[in-house]
Amino acid sequence: MDYSILIGGAAGQGIETVAELVEKMIKRTGYHIFTYKDYMSMVRGGHNFVQIRFSDNELYTYDNKVDIIFAMTQETIDKHSAKLKSGGLIIGDESFVDENYLKLPLNKIARDIGNNKVIGTIGVGYIAKLFGVPKDIAKNSVEEIFKNKDVDSNIKAFEAGYEIGIQKYKLDRFEDDKILINGNQALALGAIAAGLKFYCGYPMTPSTSVMSYISKHADEMEIVVDQVEDEVAALNMALGASFAGVRAMTGSSGGGFALMIEALSLAGIMEIPIVLFNAQRPGPATGLSTRSEQADLRFVIHAGHGEFPRMVIALRTPEDAFYQTARAFNIAEKYQIPVILLTDEYLADYDITIRPFDFNKIKIERYISNENDIEDERYKRYKYTTSGISPRLIPGIAKEKLILVDSHEHNEYGNIDESIETRVNMMKKRMKKLEALKEELIEPEFIGNEDYDYLLVGFGSTYGALKETVSRLNDENIKFAALVYGDIFPFPVKSLNFYAKKAKKVMVVEQNYSSQLKSLIDEYTDIKVENSILKYDGRAMNANYIITEINKIIKNKH
Amino acid sequence: MKCEYDLMKPSWCPGCGNFMIRDALKIALEELSIPPSQAVLVSGIGQAAKMPHYIGINGFNGLHGRALPPAIGIKMANKDLTVIVESGDGDTYGEGGNHFIHAIRRNINIAHFVHNNQIYGLTKGQASPTTALGQKTTLQYDGVKLNPINPVALSLTMGAGFVARGFSGDIKHLSSIMKEAILYKGYAHIDILQPCVVWNKVNTYKWYKDRVYKLDESHDFTNFDMAYKKALEFGDKIPIGILYKVEKETYEQKFSFIESGEPLVNAKLDPNNAKHLLKEFY
Repeated sequence: MDYSILIGGAAGQGIETVAELVEKMIKRTGYHIFTYKDYMSMVRGGHNFVQIRFSDNELYTYDNKVDIIFAMTQETIDKHSAKLKSGGLIIGDESFVDENYLKLPLNKIARDIGNNKVIGTIGVGYIAKLFGVPKDIAKNSVEEIFKNKDVDSNIKAFEAGYEIGIQKYKLDRFEDDKILINGNQALALGAIAAGLKFYCGYPMTPSTSVMSYISKHADEMEIVVDQVEDEVAALNMALGASFAGVRAMTGSSGGGFALMIEALSLAGIMEIPIVLFNAQRPGPATGLSTRSEQADLRFVIHAGHGEFPRMVIALRTPEDAFYQTARAFNIAEKYQIPVILLTDEYLADYDITIRPFDFNKIKIERYISNENDIEDERYKRYKYTTSGISPRLIPGIAKEKLILVDSHEHNEYGNIDESIETRVNMMKKRMKKLEALKEELIEPEFIGNEDYDYLLVGFGSTYGALKETVSRLNDENIKFAALVYGDIFPFPVKSLNFYAKKAKKVMVVEQNYSSQLKSLIDEYTDIKVENSILKYDGRAMNANYIITEINKIIKNKH
Repeated sequence: MKCEYDLMKPSWCPGCGNFMIRDALKIALEELSIPPSQAVLVSGIGQAAKMPHYIGINGFNGLHGRALPPAIGIKMANKDLTVIVESGDGDTYGEGGNHFIHAIRRNINIAHFVHNNQIYGLTKGQASPTTALGQKTTLQYDGVKLNPINPVALSLTMGAGFVARGFSGDIKHLSSIMKEAILYKGYAHIDILQPCVVWNKVNTYKWYKDRVYKLDESHDFTNFDMAYKKALEFGDKIPIGILYKVEKETYEQKFSFIESGEPLVNAKLDPNNAKHLLKEFY
């Protein structure tokens, strides 16, 4: 079984709460959930919708066909009725829903209860009955969500909705052993697990919820959260904190990330470890604030004046957001480089049920030296070594050694030095760190089985859509496999070369206009990428879209 | 450990006020018995900002205009460190103006010494945010068309709890207010008047010498109105000394775990400390 419910309405109508309720009661019944959110950048009005997909099987992405549409506005029906599967149902208030759909007396019931804000909860009651969600589970969910506000009227609303409902589907009960989480929450949790002590940032959609999550737990976890005056301050401040020895992070979305770039270059020359993330949204400039794209790949790889080593990890899933964020801190400290986590609005915001994170898998490796092991009388912060990595001391913790970090080209002590010899040696020293880093890159994940004709290559958040694509095509005996990048810069090529060789055709799938992943493959391999499946409308990639595009390509060739 | 001088030969011009400011800083740190390993000097870019290379304490010589943000990060990471910011007028009031305003809002416990020579030295003589209206420079050929910032009036207005004006020509006086600034619990701003012997032919050593006078006991530095009046006095007479000093809750004190705990840098990190956070996702 695989159902989807679409809830749509205007901003301010409480779509989010309705969605949270539906998610909660279905999750508690033991099902897997994938919730896709589509919001406009406004506080009131406009059109927002949420699609909750659930199944007894694991889910990786959303479906663009739905079984139920709960319309809180006529616009919801106008925009989404075409998505309805045959046999599907549209429900809404009798005041605007026409004869073809299910007219419910939502406004009337809300008036009788005396609270016009409970319309959504009445609908939830109706949906609970429709799917046969156990009543106690559904009711408990209502109580939990409204425990601080209007719980009585919402319980009444739920009961009334349940009362007028007619059961159409039947759900089994499974054990509820999963967590429901989104990418930003997982990223924040990964950072906290890794020992984050300092987070600073400036609010910018869709990055903000990382900061809000950390802030919510800041006192308890003893983390400083600073809402800075601008993103320029953000990275500079985080670098200060990291220099002083704590694990620090900042993040933003495209425009805010752009403001951090001078300091990214500073991290490069100062060799201060730092983790930062870019939750991509479509640009240029303000672009589409609440929507998704993967067009900052080249941007984050090259961001910064001058040349310096860095690592970019594209987060594919909330699991990646948790484990890879934690890993990023170790890599940043090991190589004393910036590590950029590349995510996007889609991954930041979708909710998914997954297995609980295993905190025992998180290792904290600091790579901080002890001053007693430093042989030089005067400490050389930038000492030449075979790896290019210099022993790192922390100011104040070292009692006898002084630490000097500098944004100019500098000698081993960190003092300004413009000599040819120092410049050349320091450039080589910094860039040398990449050699060892390249050896520990994680190759892209291969999806599918060894028997394939076509290889799809993607990165980051399209992982779920690619996974579903491969599975569905293989079910139809169209032989596809996929390779999805997490670690993406330095660009790992071993698996790509291996799997591409065995494919008749290689295609990339990415959410941008200029096919930036293809350009990387062109740059670093001899592989011929024959087709690019691109999407740059601001809406997330899904399996139906990819399959439709694949069918066009395959048909054109025949 | 002493604040050794001869780590690197300064690239300041002979007669530059920076030498005197360095002397004053050295005296202040030594008289306060602050070990060099327990202090960090943070700077941006400019002639003044080269200070971390020329004095033997920990140093963070960052980006132009960006001395304050890393200083804040450093102090929050390790509250036990004495954090001092030294940068020029262009660095602080121009490129870093936004950080300056917000550092005052935070009232974090750092001392900020601004070398204000009313001109750009490193880039050779252009106007700074404190250059007088109408003054001709190597870029403003017809004279500066923007009104100058009054740094101390600005920091007072923004609510800074410690505001002072110093003069590089009086090392003893300067080091005494530096000591007060370092000891002050909160953000302490000293605008240090300093001649630029090469690029500023107006605000010369003599120009300052003829104008500055020390605030005496008759000045009540807890009186905001009096302080503000003195802050605006910048003409034939320029008062130097502590204009304003009152106690205020610091930024760090607002974080209970910093106020009552160990410096964050000493925290024991354990992933399992965060495990209970998973609960809300079930």
